[in-house]
Amino acid sequence: MDFAFWLIFLLPIFSFIIISVFIRPFVRPESKVAGYITITALIGSLALSIWALTEVLAAPHHVVPVESIRWLVVGDLTINIGMTMDSLTAVMLIVVTVVSLMVQIYSQGYMKGDPGYHRYYAWMSLFTASMLGLVLANNLLQMFVFWEMVGLCSYLLIGFWFHRPTAANAAKKAFIVTRIGDFGFLAAILVLFFNTGTFDIGELHGLAVAGTLAGATLTWAAIGIFSGAMGKSAQFPLHVWLPDAMEGPTPVSALIHAATMVAAGVFLVARTFPLFAHSTEALTTVAVIGGVTAIFAASMGLVMTDIKRVLAYSTISQLGYMMLGLGAGGVAIGIFHLFNHAFFKALLFLGAGSVNHATGTFDMRQMGGLRKIMPWTYATFLIASLSIAGIWPLAGFWSKDEILISSWESQPILFYLAMITVFMTAFYMFRVIFMTFGGEYRGGGPEAHGHPHESPPVMVMPMVVLAVLAVVSGLWNVTGQFGAFMGNEAHSFGFFGILTQPLPWISLILAGLGILLAYAIYSAKWLSAERIGRMFSPLYTLFFRKYWLDELYENVIVGKVLLGGFFAGLQLFDSKGVDGVVNGLASVPAVGGRAIRRAQTGQLQLYGLVMGIGLVVIILCVYFLG
Amino acid sequence: MSIGLEHYLILSVILFSIGLYGALSKRNAIIILMSIEIMLNAVNIAMVAFSRYIVPELLTGQLFAIFIMVVAAAEAAVGLAIIITIYRNRETIDATEINLMKW
Repeated sequence: MDFAFWLIFLLPIFSFIIISVFIRPFVRPESKVAGYITITALIGSLALSIWALTEVLAAPHHVVPVESIRWLVVGDLTINIGMTMDSLTAVMLIVVTVVSLMVQIYSQGYMKGDPGYHRYYAWMSLFTASMLGLVLANNLLQMFVFWEMVGLCSYLLIGFWFHRPTAANAAKKAFIVTRIGDFGFLAAILVLFFNTGTFDIGELHGLAVAGTLAGATLTWAAIGIFSGAMGKSAQFPLHVWLPDAMEGPTPVSALIHAATMVAAGVFLVARTFPLFAHSTEALTTVAVIGGVTAIFAASMGLVMTDIKRVLAYSTISQLGYMMLGLGAGGVAIGIFHLFNHAFFKALLFLGAGSVNHATGTFDMRQMGGLRKIMPWTYATFLIASLSIAGIWPLAGFWSKDEILISSWESQPILFYLAMITVFMTAFYMFRVIFMTFGGEYRGGGPEAHGHPHESPPVMVMPMVVLAVLAVVSGLWNVTGQFGAFMGNEAHSFGFFGILTQPLPWISLILAGLGILLAYAIYSAKWLSAERIGRMFSPLYTLFFRKYWLDELYENVIVGKVLLGGFFAGLQLFDSKGVDGVVNGLASVPAVGGRAIRRAQTGQLQLYGLVMGIGLVVIILCVYFLG
Repeated sequence: MSIGLEHYLILSVILFSIGLYGALSKRNAIIILMSIEIMLNAVNIAMVAFSRYIVPELLTGQLFAIFIMVVAAAEAAVGLAIIITIYRNRETIDATEINLMKW
């Protein structure tokens, strides 16, 4: 049975090895075999994941014990390769395999004819495998390895079209920014290890619960772990890489945004949640960063004109919700939103890719009128938008409401921010809908070939599957089963019962107002977007320039502080300090030689005299002192 | 008064000092060479004296003296040859004039 669990992770790894070793060198790039191999491997992983979920559901306390494999022994230190098979892992496995499978099928259409087709599938396999390995890991060291592999794969895939400088830069940016967070994660792992002597997550949980691991150590370790999660999950102030990561192929964005890269950070916090739960400061940090990120990112999403960028900011905002849910409510609430978000966000990105496929652009100002031309894309995109806006009874409604209720109970200020974000979310999503699908077609981008058309079935089919999931995935927790499965008490009011509560009505009304405002501006044209933009021009500029954070990072922090200050200081130290020592050492014999070479007179007898005197001195010394 | 180790050593020191003085103060290269020979022989006397008075059962010191004589003979041959060559080149054997090996 253990091996079958391992196979969930190993199948995509095999697929990666087969594609990169046998397919890419020997099969011509037009062949679709690499995609079929990846899809087959993922179908296997998905089937095994569903089986694992049933096993976990049936197991006592929802944990299936798995034997660890001893990896290495250094003195007293034993490091195992192990696996956690609990409810959290089982849910994440389903999310990752379902979304990844749908993305791979979709990519068969989207990436058709790309010269890097095999490379694409090799990396996608590795990406999925890394994420599965991360989800399965039972110790921090193993987790960190897969954590970095996820980072590496996102680098490779964001920079997939590496011949475009923007893509190469975006890939570098993603890698470096997340590295900043990873530094905190690594430091936290070391702090925990030096204080407890173990990497095992279960043992660490035990120590935190028992109170052995407590106080400042625990708080700093938790905050270190959270800084890793901030990098990966694009939380303020490390969110800047995510919008730029749109340079990768759109299915990659779907995978990064829904199931792999950014989910890793939320998952990490959920996995180490007992550490956070025993430190109020750390938990509050998570909630505050999450709540602030949610509204901060949403505000930038309001003004973007690139459809993928709107979605990128919406992802950051939704990740903020997840963090808020984790910090204010607990694992079940945060992960439930991750679970639902994965499906509708993957769907939104696949929809954006489909639109791009038809129009050759991501700029919404050049789209419009696609509702009749692409009915399937429109329908699925609409479902996903309603879901993310939190409209009853779609998936997003259930998880978002849990977060709102729990933050109302513990962090009232963040609750208000989250409520405003509900309004913003509904507005920017329907702004996308009306600009893209409503009105008249505005010609498409320069690469548009002829008339736009609906995407092929291979692309539409995964979108339909995800649309179904985006509708129904929220129902898992209608009566609180998901919360119980996660071992978390959660609110449950029932399918209709929730409508008797006041809070859901407030959020529904806010979302409705957001949709109405978007309709008023972008569809009915009762209000002019430009006039409003001019009215709030300072705010508009602030949002549109992304709070000048990119400029702050690039010019001030990197340019002035690092290049101008720190690195210049290092350079000075290098040229004056290090080189100075070496040059100084070299000049000692040179200067000394110049001074004493006068002694070399060539007078043999003088040499003899000096030698004789020296000898006498030595003899006298030995005689008197020795 | 019987002749003891000290007398031989004093003779050796006197000879060595004469040789050292000559080697350091004379200009004529041949005299320098001769002075060096005197120093070597002073050492020989000391060697033989030590051998005879301190460890009579061993012949190490006397053997060394013979070695030194052999080396001194070779050295004298090489030294004289060098001096002749220098004289042919520079028409002098004044040691103060032979100062090409300087900075």
